[in-house]
Amino acid sequence: MGFIDSHILSLMTFLPLAGGAIILCLPKGNDNLVKTIAAVASFLPVPLAIKLWVAFDPTVAGVNVANQFQFVERFSWIPSINVEYFMGADGISVPMLILTAIVSFLAVIGSWGIEKQIKGYMALFLLLETGMMGVFASLDFFLFYVFWEVMLLPMYFLIGIWGGPRREYAAIKFFLYTLLGSVLMLLVILALYFNTTNPETGGHTFNMLHYMQQSTHNGWLKGFDVRILLFIGLFIGFAIKVPLFPFHTWLPDAHVEAPTAISVILAGILLKMGTYGLMRISFPIFPDVTKWFVIPMAVLGVINIVYGALCAMAQSDLKKLVAYSSVSHMGFCLLGMAALTPAGMIGASFQMFSHGMITSMLFFLVGVVYDRAHHRDIDGFGGLGAVVPVYTFFVSVAFFASLGLPGFSGFVAEAMVFIGSFGVLKNFVIIGASGIIIVAAFHLWALQRVFLGPLNPKYAQLEEINAREIFCLTPLALMTLILGVYPMPVLNLMNTSLIKLVDIVKTVI
Amino acid sequence: MPLGNLASVNFFLPEFAVTATILLLVVVHVAGKNRQSSAPAILSLAGVGAALLLTAIQPAGPGKPLFEGMVALDGFAVFFKALTALATIVVIFMSMDCAELAGRSQAEYYIFLLSVLLGMFLLAASTDIVMLYLSLELVSIPSYLLAGYLKGKESSIEASMKYVVYGATASGVMIYGFSLLFGLTGTTQIGEIGRALALGKATLPVFLAAVMVTVGFGFKIAAVPFHMWSPDVYEGAPTPVTAFLSVGPKAAGFAVLVRFFYTVFASPDGAEGAWRISSAVDWTLLFAVLSAVTMTVGNLVAINQKNVKRLLAYSSIAHAGYMLMGFVLLTPAGLKAILFYLVVYLFMNLGAFYVVILVANGTRSEDIADYSGLGSRAPFAAVSLAIFLFALTGIPPFSGFIGKVYLFAEVIDRGVYWLALVAAINSVVSLYYYARIVKVMFLEDPKESAELSVPAFPRALLCLLVIPTLVLGVYWEPVIRVAANSVKLLVF
Repeated sequence: MGFIDSHILSLMTFLPLAGGAIILCLPKGNDNLVKTIAAVASFLPVPLAIKLWVAFDPTVAGVNVANQFQFVERFSWIPSINVEYFMGADGISVPMLILTAIVSFLAVIGSWGIEKQIKGYMALFLLLETGMMGVFASLDFFLFYVFWEVMLLPMYFLIGIWGGPRREYAAIKFFLYTLLGSVLMLLVILALYFNTTNPETGGHTFNMLHYMQQSTHNGWLKGFDVRILLFIGLFIGFAIKVPLFPFHTWLPDAHVEAPTAISVILAGILLKMGTYGLMRISFPIFPDVTKWFVIPMAVLGVINIVYGALCAMAQSDLKKLVAYSSVSHMGFCLLGMAALTPAGMIGASFQMFSHGMITSMLFFLVGVVYDRAHHRDIDGFGGLGAVVPVYTFFVSVAFFASLGLPGFSGFVAEAMVFIGSFGVLKNFVIIGASGIIIVAAFHLWALQRVFLGPLNPKYAQLEEINAREIFCLTPLALMTLILGVYPMPVLNLMNTSLIKLVDIVKTVI
Repeated sequence: MPLGNLASVNFFLPEFAVTATILLLVVVHVAGKNRQSSAPAILSLAGVGAALLLTAIQPAGPGKPLFEGMVALDGFAVFFKALTALATIVVIFMSMDCAELAGRSQAEYYIFLLSVLLGMFLLAASTDIVMLYLSLELVSIPSYLLAGYLKGKESSIEASMKYVVYGATASGVMIYGFSLLFGLTGTTQIGEIGRALALGKATLPVFLAAVMVTVGFGFKIAAVPFHMWSPDVYEGAPTPVTAFLSVGPKAAGFAVLVRFFYTVFASPDGAEGAWRISSAVDWTLLFAVLSAVTMTVGNLVAINQKNVKRLLAYSSIAHAGYMLMGFVLLTPAGLKAILFYLVVYLFMNLGAFYVVILVANGTRSEDIADYSGLGSRAPFAAVSLAIFLFALTGIPPFSGFIGKVYLFAEVIDRGVYWLALVAAINSVVSLYYYARIVKVMFLEDPKESAELSVPAFPRALLCLLVIPTLVLGVYWEPVIRVAANSVKLLVF
């Protein structure tokens, strides 16, 4: 067990990649074997994630103190420019790692029905999982960037080859948008690299935690104008991923064209990387600018909530509706973070976790009906509740969780965001809270049009949701429900770290 | 003290190896009955291999001026000799597999190719403007012939003709610049010229001379606005020649650009490795603008190309622009970045052209549209090409990304932020056209479904180009050390 204990993050990161490599070496035509290997390779991180959950000591903050990180792995990678292989976890990253492990595994199961070039699909998918895990685990900025970019290629191909009718357009749009954000981030990384000194060695460093010690910054990096520019550079990179208005236009295209499991990954995990990046990187490195940036962030957050909800309301495509609901929900994260209060920050982080599960359910469910009816037009259904009661049940659970009904995790997260930010950003919260009404409205309206009312005779013979699909949905539904009633298991993980994060930002002069 | 002629001979073995091979090839050409035999190719491989070996074992040490100061033997020259010899070896292999060249006289082709190599060896080492001019012409003239090697193919003849006209003009302008320098300083040794210019104040003539010399070098590296020849030449020339021109002479062009400008217009400062501008020309802005314009024009024009060779031509213009970023700021770190980039560029660019050859062997086409469905028709070649293209874009985990990081690092370190931003946005633009080829290969259904077979030998060679492209993206420490150690310019 010693090896597993000391390399748990690397194992979670690279086991999927190893599975992908094995799959690539298989001869053609072993579809079932390919799927099995993919399922195993993506399942293995799940027990590791549970182990992480259990073994994690939530009383230690981490954030900007290297020796408070847990499960640390660290060795020199490229000594001449001080790049390290530096992995570690704290309360900000552990929930995300757990979420990634669970959702990725379920997404592999959800991809069981893929028939076209399954080998390439699974190999790319596993590469994607490696990239996601790596992003959440790395503490060296260079390493972080490599993982961040490694996700782009598989995502491009997964949307572009296995996607819907406009897949080529959606894939390249996604690629170009995110690459634009990434190169800006690269420039900021290099600017940080050359303008900080490693207190231990006196050389330059890519270590994020060093950047968070303001004393490592040299004269140029102390100038506030410079800091604002660098902060904005990073912010655009992350905002494109979130995606924040006005950088969100890639999202509806990518989500709608991507195959079901990939939409799940996109919405369930990829979007969280943007907000994770802000928490992990932007806030602690530039706490002063963060404070200065509170109002713009709150404005963007509220725009996301309201604009996303209004767009969702206007959609006739069920998948697009879910996609825009993500835009709206990620706005809550930003609003909570902007408040810079413990409750707001924890609410935002919990919203990331909770939305990861809920939106995964939603995309799975849209996929279920699309597989059977081959369209997603909300008005093209009607009265399905009578035909497919089990499916209707799951959709109702997911929709009510998504609209923030008490008893589901989404409610806890949104309530915490509002409580946390009401004191500081009163007007924004009032507008944002009104967004909830729109959110509720479009969910209920869609539910009514699809499942209630007179039965559309075309779908009288619609097939009920099958066991594999139920298998994908049940863990998510259960976790949403349990965490909605008793959120402490997840909140405990992040409390200490996020309070520390708020403290870092608050106490800076 | 520069070594005398006889004493220099010992340090000139790689050049002798190439020269001997060329002479042997002439004999084979005259004596051989079968014009299509592969003997010349194998002979050339042996000769260039020997030259590479001799270069590798040559003790560069602190550097020596050879032949009364005509050429220098220093770490910098050794690096470029090894690089260009390696590129030539790969190109010889590519030429052997190229259907375009089959059925044409083989020996002549390799004579020209190796003459260019000899020219590049000398060009990277020249420390005298006469020698420099002669070696530049030795690179150029056989290149004109190679570009027109497909006798009877209109575009090839056009390529050769354009190349000659542009080349002659550029070298004419350059030698005018040289004559100005000679008139100002009374010497042909670039070290001497540098010292003389450092004393004088004749700003305008020196600046004019610098610009005129830049025209000559800019032509070789295909920097905008001296790039006009390159798309036509790249499109018309046989593909192995295109690949060769885009890597070998371009690298040699960078070598001479760096050596000339650093020796003449800057001088090494007391502190190890630092340079300072010692004459009236402040080229930082000049070359920063040249770099920005080159990459932007290259990338923007590449977007609309339909012929894959033409697209790669513009892309290689853009890459010259990226590499110039390392040149603008007079630092060893910048030079190191250029050297490292040239290494990764060698593998990814030659690799991309190699796939173009393999595809053209099967389809007889260089249109991007004919690459449709290549992902299923020739998966190995298609995946390799995708790797090379994404490496050229600069996306991790491929080597091109690391190369770009060092170049970006250089300009950011020195505070030329606008150039870094321009380059970053250019990278995004370049993704659009590189990804277009990938899209056609993987996302579109094939027009024909017949499998394109790639024989075992090309497959192996392709592997040898793919592996460094992948490995250098993950672990590049040894290569960057070699590059850092090669930034040793001998000034005397």
